[in-house]
Amino acid sequence: MTTSAPLPALLAPDRAAQLAAEYGLKPDEYDRVLAILGRTPSLTELGIFSVMWSEHCSYKSSRVWLRELPTKAPWVIQGPGENAGVIDIGEGLAAVFKMESHNHPSFIEPYNGAATGVGGILRDVFTMGARPIANLNALRFGMPDAPRMKRVIDGVVRGIGGYGNCVGVPTVGGEVNFHPRYNGNPLVNAMTVGIARADRIFTAKATGIGNPVVYVGSKTGRDGIHGATMASTEFSADAEEKRPTVQIGDPFAEKLLIEACLELMATDAIVAIQDMGAAGLTSSSVEMAGKGGMGIDLVLDDVPQREAGMTAYEMMLSESQERMLMILKPGREAQAEAIFTKWELDFAVIGHLTDTGRITIRHRGALEADIPLAPLESEAPLYRRPTAETPKQPVLDPATIPDPVGLDKALLTLVGSLDLCSRRWIWDQYDSMVGGHTARRPGAADAAIVRVEESLDQGGNRALAMTTDCTPRYCLADPEEGGKQAVAEAWRNITATGALPLAITDNMNFGNPEKPEIMGQFAAAVRGMAAACTALDFPVVSGNVSLYNETEGRSILPTPAIGGVGVLEDVAQATGLALPPGLDLILVGETRGWLGQSLWLREIAGREDGAPPPVDLGAERRNGDAVRGWIRAGLVAACHDLSDGGLLVAAAEMAMAGGCGASLDPGPAALPPHAWWFGEDQGRYLLAVANGAGLLRAAAAGGVPALRIGRSGGEALVLPGGLAISLAELREAHEGTLPALMADTGMQAS
Amino acid sequence: MQAAIVVFPGTNRERDMALALRRATGRKPAMLWHRDTELPAGTDLVVLPGGFSYGDYLRCGAMAAQSPIMRAVKDFAARGGHVLGVCNGFQMLTEAGLLPGALLRNATLRFLSMDCHMRVERADTPYTHRFRRGQVFRATMAHGDGNYFADPATLDELEAEGRVILRYATPAGEVTEAANRNGSARGIAGIASANLRVLGLMPHPENQVDPAIDGTDGMPLFESLAETLASAA
Repeated sequence: MTTSAPLPALLAPDRAAQLAAEYGLKPDEYDRVLAILGRTPSLTELGIFSVMWSEHCSYKSSRVWLRELPTKAPWVIQGPGENAGVIDIGEGLAAVFKMESHNHPSFIEPYNGAATGVGGILRDVFTMGARPIANLNALRFGMPDAPRMKRVIDGVVRGIGGYGNCVGVPTVGGEVNFHPRYNGNPLVNAMTVGIARADRIFTAKATGIGNPVVYVGSKTGRDGIHGATMASTEFSADAEEKRPTVQIGDPFAEKLLIEACLELMATDAIVAIQDMGAAGLTSSSVEMAGKGGMGIDLVLDDVPQREAGMTAYEMMLSESQERMLMILKPGREAQAEAIFTKWELDFAVIGHLTDTGRITIRHRGALEADIPLAPLESEAPLYRRPTAETPKQPVLDPATIPDPVGLDKALLTLVGSLDLCSRRWIWDQYDSMVGGHTARRPGAADAAIVRVEESLDQGGNRALAMTTDCTPRYCLADPEEGGKQAVAEAWRNITATGALPLAITDNMNFGNPEKPEIMGQFAAAVRGMAAACTALDFPVVSGNVSLYNETEGRSILPTPAIGGVGVLEDVAQATGLALPPGLDLILVGETRGWLGQSLWLREIAGREDGAPPPVDLGAERRNGDAVRGWIRAGLVAACHDLSDGGLLVAAAEMAMAGGCGASLDPGPAALPPHAWWFGEDQGRYLLAVANGAGLLRAAAAGGVPALRIGRSGGEALVLPGGLAISLAELREAHEGTLPALMADTGMQAS
Repeated sequence: MQAAIVVFPGTNRERDMALALRRATGRKPAMLWHRDTELPAGTDLVVLPGGFSYGDYLRCGAMAAQSPIMRAVKDFAARGGHVLGVCNGFQMLTEAGLLPGALLRNATLRFLSMDCHMRVERADTPYTHRFRRGQVFRATMAHGDGNYFADPATLDELEAEGRVILRYATPAGEVTEAANRNGSARGIAGIASANLRVLGLMPHPENQVDPAIDGTDGMPLFESLAETLASAA
């Protein structure tokens, strides 16, 4: 064996500085690299610094703000900082969940970008010892007539389905918006929720000098090199040229990896485990050793490789998918290898832990990198970038905004509009039922409901309620109110099923943080989110930040997507939105006819302006707690939160879901009818109940604003004054939009 | 009833199937690995569940049909054993030659995940006697390749021998083109072997066995099996 040189082959100083800039390191950041190493770096070392200090991996622009988010509650087992968040859901069980973006890859290569987004978030969850039981996704597309956009929509939907369907995790919910500001930068945020025993959570903290470092899963190829760096810059017109930085997914390998990891996790062989996600082998090895305060020696010759002649630099930066890094207890290699061999996956011991506090990397007998781990983390750049407040928009007086079309035409237009039309075309391509526990599938309730098999096995009937929410147009107009609203809507959607909201994951999608107005949006959104999380006892347990969502200098709408999880003690209590006949319709919450930033204003009046509806967090909490109590008392047959499109759209959605019409009473004389029916005041629900008078008495006793607004029955929505819109007309408008738009994408094989 | 479910690399509806069998019989089925070479003693039902065995990277079910366990499954079927193949399991049964025909890419060229309705064409089989003939039941379908194909002579033979057990239909029981989303020949959703003991179908009745989850439309199929095999024992 060749003895390793004391130093790796160093780059020439000029070349190193030039490459550092190419890899996205700013001059002062590169100076810090030189100070840490006390010399110029080798190519592999430079690669490691550049990905670890990329925005994507280091959160250098966002960390100072994210600290403001509340992350603790008695039921929080693991907050932010691990692969995913963990909460106690009772019966000794835990829900493990996170949402993560795959925006840039999904625009460059929609199918694989979206597919690997799903794969990555699944690994973040099962790496903690949880069996994934549900996938959700929050998607933002540009307008379908924008260049390439239909291909992006089609590819993203096929990619999410192609991956999730194959691994056998049901895709049960999510949301989709369309806006021209996403024309050059769509958003793909994928969320996975898993179940583990609360006392069997695995983490990435490596311990035990000499313990073997084990690589399992698929082989390493040259795909995705510098993916994390790509995700940390703006797009220019040459986005297509970045296709080689997009990874290729193999959901079959992922399925095997899930089963093999869970099988090994049932033993006590594992000390620590982490998936190889962004920045692959680099971030997994650096983070595991760093968290445990250890050193780590890697020998790359033993890394399973897909291609011949790979260099150390390529192996350390590859983002090949479906790979995990584990620290095993000494002597347990054979036991682990047998499991991975059974599942036909690669298994290799590629190094061991040391007490040096350094990462050393050897390949073909040569030292390729030797970096102290502590400063790689502690000296990582951290910026408090300048912020500029978003100017407040005026509050619009509904009396000054005339209704140009009438309620019936407006309703039909709205239920067929891009942001409100049926998402059936999308969810019909996702297997939402695999697993056998999906109690409310997409479109059936405000949150997806999946029963927990482990609860059933021990005589319980517990279920999770899950949702993703954000209203980006509110966030643009007022990022603080928008941030508040995103959290509140997630809380409301879970409440509307009867479940108790427990915690959220956040996926912060913003533009270029080096622009003060963008950093200002970010800071304000965090402020609003923090206020809502605190008021609603709804802490953040995991999250992801995606910045530089800009193409040619134009940023996306600020989009802090929230993934919420709640628990139902008995799945039989789950309430959906399908309207049954013969019931009173009760509106809960205060209606002031807020038209600013409403969909009615945009779609009917052709305006996108005004202040968005404010969220009164006290009222939100009071109204929601009351509604949940009524559902749990068995008083509510159907429930729907009021959001985009307001009261009349909510009533129409309930009617379509239940195949049952309703007769509606006039609103208060003080408000213009279109403001009453389409205003987007927050903190509201529409309930169908057998005993309306009784419910109104209960509401009055609890100080909750409530009003009977009609009664269900018949085949049409009958507006005050007698104008009837048949369910058939509503359905045609609602269901027709996406199939018609996407019809010409149907004949391509995936 | 002593059921055994075979798990292949990439199988993903084995847990759903185990839940359904447990509800129908009160017993947990045995889970077999595809590399096993024999069935547990006393096995009277083998289930090939849904999923993406071997990623469906070759023809769906083609690799699984060559797995070591399939020799035992074929012998079991030849001895008159009951074999149920659902979705990917149906594809395996055709690839293994236990049922005729093939499952092609859906006519829509998209993965189809939605409810479908099936009309029971025969209610005198081990799998369907708890249904009425002509009864329609709802089930989940979730597949990319469920478009049943066979040459006209084979289809005629299947019809003549009464081996078409389930057909896609409207909720009212009409076999229409619209109800046949994947484009299957003659609306065929499920067929049986000549002795009616091997059944393959694309939709997932195992997902409709619990009133708290998504109704119990699929239960009669599992109850039929449980009754058949309890009385046979």
